[in-house]
Amino acid sequence: MNHYQSLKTLTYAQIRRILRIWIQTIVPPAITTALYFLIFGQIIGSRIGGMPGYDGFSYVEFIVPGLIMLSVITNSYANVASAFFGAKFQKAIEEIIISPMPNWTILIGFIMGGITRGFVVGIVVVLVSLFFTTFTIHNIPLTLFAIIITSILFSLLGLINGVYAKSFDDVAIIPTFVLTPLIYLGGIFYSIEMSEIPEQWKLISMFNPILYVVDFFRYAMLGQYQINPFLSFTLISAFTASFFAIAYYLLHKGIGIKE
Amino acid sequence: MKALEIKNLSKTYSNNVHALKDISLSVEKGDFFALLGPNGAGKSTAIGIISSLVTKNAGQVSICGVDIDVNFPLAKSKLGVVNQEFNFSQFEKVQDTIVTQAGYYGVDHKTALEKSEKYLKQMGIWDKRNDTLRELSGGQKRRVMIIKSLIHDPDLLILDEPTAGVDIELRRGLWDFLIEINNAGTTIILTTHYLEEAENLCKNIAIIDEGKIIENTSMSKLLKQLDSQIFIIETSSTLPQNFNILGFDIKVENDNKFSVKLSKGSSISSLFDKPELAQVEVTNIANQTNRLEQLFLNLTSKS
Repeated sequence: MNHYQSLKTLTYAQIRRILRIWIQTIVPPAITTALYFLIFGQIIGSRIGGMPGYDGFSYVEFIVPGLIMLSVITNSYANVASAFFGAKFQKAIEEIIISPMPNWTILIGFIMGGITRGFVVGIVVVLVSLFFTTFTIHNIPLTLFAIIITSILFSLLGLINGVYAKSFDDVAIIPTFVLTPLIYLGGIFYSIEMSEIPEQWKLISMFNPILYVVDFFRYAMLGQYQINPFLSFTLISAFTASFFAIAYYLLHKGIGIKE
Repeated sequence: MKALEIKNLSKTYSNNVHALKDISLSVEKGDFFALLGPNGAGKSTAIGIISSLVTKNAGQVSICGVDIDVNFPLAKSKLGVVNQEFNFSQFEKVQDTIVTQAGYYGVDHKTALEKSEKYLKQMGIWDKRNDTLRELSGGQKRRVMIIKSLIHDPDLLILDEPTAGVDIELRRGLWDFLIEINNAGTTIILTTHYLEEAENLCKNIAIIDEGKIIENTSMSKLLKQLDSQIFIIETSSTLPQNFNILGFDIKVENDNKFSVKLSKGSSISSLFDKPELAQVEVTNIANQTNRLEQLFLNLTSKS
């Protein structure tokens, strides 16, 4: 049995889906990001100045990595959650289940879809940001790695959401009520070292996993950090490995897909 | 070698419905086998377990000698399934869907393209290859389902009501197609509500009711169990007043049509020896009901 061929097929099917609905998958992040840059970067950003801990960078330069991560996280999550639930809803998931593909192939195939969308959207956001600012990337391989590992992590979470979802509402609940607040409070628009932030809030922020993801990526792009990058990398890797194991277990048990 | 072997298979759903109660069944390689039963009898559950869409509670299933608990991927590679409901993305193009399905089975892209072209042409929907599935009619979608199930050359093909909602012309075309692939060596298991279909196509039959196999025999043996059958006879001339034929159970339907119930062992030709029939000109003779249908109703109402 040629598992490489099955994996390639599933990955290609996921990419075809992203491209088929490009107006939903690729255009919105470009528009949203342009608006963020226009309002927070150009209009308000010029009055904010720099962020503590990021000397030598303007506010608009500070928010570039955050906005890239915002798009990568939300898009990789949404891609896998909606692709998996959509396949369940249309019963197309049965095409995959009745085939001899092992569960790891199914899991990686869906993750590849999430990585692709995260990556494409990340590039779109970088291109949009170039209309508003210029920047030099501190460590290109690390930046690419950070995008990939973040896409994997949030694709896995999206898949778990898709496995348990029974309606389209279930696919929207977690991103709206959990993911979005965590992202916005994860240091995209501000540094947690700002004196205006109360100490208790700084402490609470340390329990927000998105903070580590954004800070790790900001280190890769700008070369400056608030949290030790090694600690961030360890936490991100541990979360990714744990969610991979959970997602694999759910597929193995057929939860949400088999009766 | 057995194409399918099921031993003591049981399934109870979370809502406490006992869909399968310790069923055992075997299908020989090369067979054209009918699995019949009323709605909710357990047919789709059995097919679901064989194809891994449903998890079993107990029992053993082997596909072409491969136990699904030992090597499910290998067992699945030998199996093709046409489910009752359409199970594809309605937004995909026809040929893309088929080629993708082939890829899931490890078939390379070039081979998948060639085979999909062959089957699409054979099924008469080659011109629809670039249409999305939602643009197809029900019958065309059904043909896509059959092509998808065959694209990896399975040894065993299970069709769960493949002709549901399909017009007569297409149904006949599908029958010919299924006979052709069965003759080429593919074992076929068919579930259908058109019992005429099972009677015409299948060599062996199992009837399942309330989660149990209540009959498992050859089609010819089963049909021999019929103790009577009804023929409808049409005439060109008007039947006489109080038309009857001595020694036969006759029922007049209208001025040009009557039915006769013949018991097992009696011959319809004896009817034509009767002088009463010499008065009328017979234009048509047909079975009132499908013979299998009659038996099916008898068996399932008894169980």
